Amino acid sequence: MSKPKTLFEKIWDSHIVAQEPDSPAILYIDLHLIHEVTSPQAFEGLRQRGLKVRRPDRSIATMDHSIPTQSLSLEGLDELGAKQLQKLRQNCAEFGIKLYDLNDPQRGIVHVIGPELGYTQPGMTIVCGDSHTATHGAFGALAFGVGTSEVELVLASQCLIQYRPKTCQVVFDGKLPKRVTAKDMILALIAQVGVGGGTGYVFEYCGDAVRELNMEERMTLCNMSIEAGARAGMVAPDDTTFAYLADKPFAPKGHEWDRMLEYWRSLPSDEGAHYDKKIVVDVSQLEPMVTYGTNPGMGIPISQPIPDPALERDPDRRTAMEKALNYMGFQPNRPLLGQAVDVVFIGSCTNSRMTDLRQAASLIKGRKIANGVRLIVVPGSESVRRQAEAEGLDKVFKEAGGEWRFSGCSMCIAMNGDQLKPGQVAVSTSNRNFEGRQGDGGRTILASPLTAAASAITGQVTDPRSI
Amino acid sequence: MQPFTSLTSALIPVPYNDIDTDQIIPARYLKVTDKNGLAEGLFARWRYRADGSLNEDFPLNQPRYHNRQILLAGDNFGCGSSREHAPWALMAWNIRAVISTSFADIFRNNALKNGLLPVQVDKQTHSKLLALTEEELSSPQSFAEASAMPWSVTIDLANQTLILPDSTKAFFPIESFHKTCLLKGIDSLGYILEFSGQIESYEWSDRAYPFGVKKL
Ligand code: SF4
Repeated sequence: MSKPKTLFEKIWDSHIVAQEPDSPAILYIDLHLIHEVTSPQAFEGLRQRGLKVRRPDRSIATMDHSIPTQSLSLEGLDELGAKQLQKLRQNCAEFGIKLYDLNDPQRGIVHVIGPELGYTQPGMTIVCGDSHTATHGAFGALAFGVGTSEVELVLASQCLIQYRPKTCQVVFDGKLPKRVTAKDMILALIAQVGVGGGTGYVFEYCGDAVRELNMEERMTLCNMSIEAGARAGMVAPDDTTFAYLADKPFAPKGHEWDRMLEYWRSLPSDEGAHYDKKIVVDVSQLEPMVTYGTNPGMGIPISQPIPDPALERDPDRRTAMEKALNYMGFQPNRPLLGQAVDVVFIGSCTNSRMTDLRQAASLIKGRKIANGVRLIVVPGSESVRRQAEAEGLDKVFKEAGGEWRFSGCSMCIAMNGDQLKPGQVAVSTSNRNFEGRQGDGGRTILASPLTAAASAITGQVTDPRSI
Repeated sequence: MQPFTSLTSALIPVPYNDIDTDQIIPARYLKVTDKNGLAEGLFARWRYRADGSLNEDFPLNQPRYHNRQILLAGDNFGCGSSREHAPWALMAWNIRAVISTSFADIFRNNALKNGLLPVQVDKQTHSKLLALTEEELSSPQSFAEASAMPWSVTIDLANQTLILPDSTKAFFPIESFHKTCLLKGIDSLGYILEFSGQIESYEWSDRAYPFGVKKL
């Protein structure tokens, strides 16, 4: 018998094109996703060297980061933003790459449409000039974010120069309590290991609690691997994965499907395979998680008080906590529950799929959002938007007093004018609570769609289990 | 790529932990389609006050720190978004090396690709460097003017060492591949294109996904 291998090792080994001694591997990339912000300089680099895109058929582009979500027109967009979108159009046309343009009915956030259209498949290597590429790992793919120089490398050669990362098995044991979600699992993990805890590793999420998750929830889990510093996060493919993929437009069909299925079934880690590290998280007592600070590692169970920096032994951590609390305007030892909220944002590649919108709507249905609170719901793709509208979810949000938008990144990165005003507090289903991420001076509390919806109803940070 | 061999400079201290790329260069500066104008956005949220005026408390705005090429940061520098605009912005400010106890993966990769050297040191060396920047602030200006470069450190890439003003040396890790590329100024695109033949045969092999070349 050959040596037992992990899911990661199987994918890694089968994608090595060449490896010189003492050098990193030349790794083949099966799928390259492109968006407007991190690609223009890469295309320009190709042009300057007179190179073509090696495999335009394995490159897919979309517009998501800086597009407006109030209407599907570029009017009202600032000059630079509009120029960036024009550049993407021009680049895709010139190099022969399929673009999901602004008005395409299947356009959306890059990490939402890849899986939804069936491009994302088990066993693939997938990259994008975007750190949340880890999302695609939910299918048992090796997916990670790269910088613009690497976007250029992939365009030119369909390969990357990569050192092999280490592997870490993350086991979520137990059964998830009611109204506690995949978002709470990942926030709890990041709070446990810290924002640098996964540096150098690829996470493989295992355990009963992970098997129970549907594909959209697994995507939420993998999405925020990068917030723990991990290069990628993955979940072994199983029947849940195959059922999800079966009817997707770009998934294999017929005989090809059968052949691929056989291959996909061989991917899960072998019994006895070696991981460089292991982390176990028991989810049976998990609560909804919220962040109190300015990095995603500063998370607490919603019933707990904000930790006191004075009790932190590590001086660097203490300074970081003090700086964060100072920015957020929060007091240590006080609960975050009941903190007044100005804006609730439901969206982003972390939580903007049907599962998320259905969960949020289930709490909001028949209720009104609190006076003075602004609720913005931004579906992850145009397909999600249409499906949600078919189920009447848009009406639920609008009748409660919320805003229902076209799809895009929107207030997750605040590049399109959707942003917090200085001092505003938001409960957000996105993935980053960095200073000013959602608008200069804005203060972000990361949470699940259920916690966000509950907070919109009451106007303060609210435990979804109390509604 | 500009080669990197050795560099001597005093430090610019921005010693916070977990400095994310949203702080290094905020999203509103990412709308460029080239690499121009990024120096203006470097640490913009800390460099400018809400009314747009310069925050003189921030080191980058103090004349003392101008023309220095080494940034001293806290732990886990460059976490968050994959934006390569972060190393571009640092380089646009003429910074050629960042010293920290650890770097986020993507940032580290992006930096190396652009000739910006991530210098990873142990906690003890890091504390010494911090103390050095504090000592500088509490010493009379005349001292700095009198001696040539009392606060400067030297990075010697070939020997992977950081040399402190008291002549103590600290080793820093770097993969031999990256080191060679930096020393010679080789860029990765040139390197990878030499493998075109192997890439082609990989695509036609049954190891390739899904089973040989196939149009997606
Ligand atoms: S939704 Fe946010 S995190 Fe996701 S790709 Fe867009 S900007 Fe990045």
